Amino acid sequence: MTLTTNPVSPRERGADEKGRSTERPFDVDRVRQDFPILATTVHDKPLVYLDNAASAQKPRAVIDAERRVYEECYANVHRGVHQLSMRATDLYEASRVKVQKLLNAASHKEIVFTRGTTEAVNLVAAAYGRKHVGAGDEVLITGLEHHSNIVPWQMLCEEKGARLRVAPIDDAGEVVLPELEKLLGDRTRIVSVAHVSNALGTILPIRRIVEIAHARGVPVFVDGAQAVPRLPVDVQALGCDFYAFSGHKAYGPSGIGVLYGRAEVLSAMPPFQGGGDMILSVTFEKTVYNDIPYKFEAGTPHIAGAIGLGAAVDYMTTLGLDAIHAYEDQLLAYGTEKLSRVPGLRIIGTAREKTGVLSFVLDGVHPHDVGTVLDYEGIAIRTGHHCAQPVMERFGVPATARASFAFYNTRDEIDALVRGLHRVREMFA
Amino acid sequence: MTNDLRELYQEVILDHGKRPRNLREIPGANHKAEGFNPLCGDRATVYLHLEGEVVKDVSFVGRGCSISTASASMMTESLRGKTRAEAEALFERFHDLVTGEPVKPGGPDLGKLAVFSGVSEFPVRVKCASLPWHTFKAALRGEATPVSTETGAE
Repeated sequence: MTLTTNPVSPRERGADEKGRSTERPFDVDRVRQDFPILATTVHDKPLVYLDNAASAQKPRAVIDAERRVYEECYANVHRGVHQLSMRATDLYEASRVKVQKLLNAASHKEIVFTRGTTEAVNLVAAAYGRKHVGAGDEVLITGLEHHSNIVPWQMLCEEKGARLRVAPIDDAGEVVLPELEKLLGDRTRIVSVAHVSNALGTILPIRRIVEIAHARGVPVFVDGAQAVPRLPVDVQALGCDFYAFSGHKAYGPSGIGVLYGRAEVLSAMPPFQGGGDMILSVTFEKTVYNDIPYKFEAGTPHIAGAIGLGAAVDYMTTLGLDAIHAYEDQLLAYGTEKLSRVPGLRIIGTAREKTGVLSFVLDGVHPHDVGTVLDYEGIAIRTGHHCAQPVMERFGVPATARASFAFYNTRDEIDALVRGLHRVREMFA
Repeated sequence: MTNDLRELYQEVILDHGKRPRNLREIPGANHKAEGFNPLCGDRATVYLHLEGEVVKDVSFVGRGCSISTASASMMTESLRGKTRAEAEALFERFHDLVTGEPVKPGGPDLGKLAVFSGVSEFPVRVKCASLPWHTFKAALRGEATPVSTETGAE
């Protein structure tokens, strides 16, 4: 049984075997053909999809992989002696290895499948947090976190009588490291930070943050939801204890995600949910838990989703994360320059190290109106607080409009966005 | 501009969105309520002064998108002088209009508020138009909890 995903040689993608970009420019026209949805129209206009930080579109390889699971080899995993179950298990476990390689984790046992980043944060807050965070202890996050990296810790702190501390961000949207360092104290039990801010695009200096925290013996959780789809990530080089991401933002299916945890940390953690597959033996007197990662995968997982995620990982690594990052960087530079020239437009989030996220406000026009008018031009952007209300508060705006790029976006699409913004201004200014 | 979009952003709505009427507090107002739309972060406070059963004065504070600002502005204009029962009836009629419900016979005349008929074609904007009215209703009934349109999610 083979279930390969669209074997396209790296050379065809303008990348060498290791995924590094070669002299050849990134062939965005070819890449776009891998994404069926990009050929659709919205309000009779060609779709310009610039809401990638919310969720990314899927290449045919992912759609096909998931469909083929159900058509050719679907059964439950880790259970049957029958052929289909073994095939499904093989593919499911092969995806785990793909993710391990993507993140450069030391072992596939360090890769736990979850429903997404949110469930991964909740898993660590519940399993690790409940054990290690007590009354009077502290959890340290930053001011640019997504609600999913705030609320689970808040719930933990409330339950335990612990305190949530927040390292501030500056006017550019960068975390103030000396302040973070000051907030790391004797009572800090875990630091939890985003690798990349969803609302601002800021790339955080994770390696430095890990150094600072580890110097005080404090473990670090990294929310990589925005990073994995657009940056090369090496968890061993970063040195973090936990790292999480979502399939749907990384060109894979929704409802599947990943928690990486260092083996010794995961092994010492109590389980998250109880149920099937996370046990070795059950009697009414005592249950012996399974080894990692299965200890944290209770119940039948999202089998097809995990296999689809494996296809997405293949797709990204074939393009090459370095090539993706370099191309998106060009889009960001182009977009930043073009949008800055729109009268009355202010970009929120101007960190030195950024991914392709342009959050902005337009003088005298509410982001919601910007979004509706752009939608009629076929342009999909996000408007609102981006599940980061504290970030909005920090910059004194109720909401922003946000264009976020993926490697299948083009300069022409950014030009379309700018034309749309001029229309918005004509209407409302 | 396409027709749907022009239906939504009628001149009257753009005008009230840019220059909202009755955007002020009412000192000593005997009713007040706060509304919140977590989807777009909009907040509005509606002030209401009732004399007996009659809306003597009504105003709002807070800015949102052009639809919610215009809706609040035009709501305050159309509610002044109405009795409590008339105001509630107008709420129901307006709600039917923006959610695309068929017109019920015998209801109050919407007057200028009819310009919001285009909103029903934009399901995600219905809440923008209805938030001020829900907030007004909460003020009218003296409900203390802030009105929220929903919970947001990414």
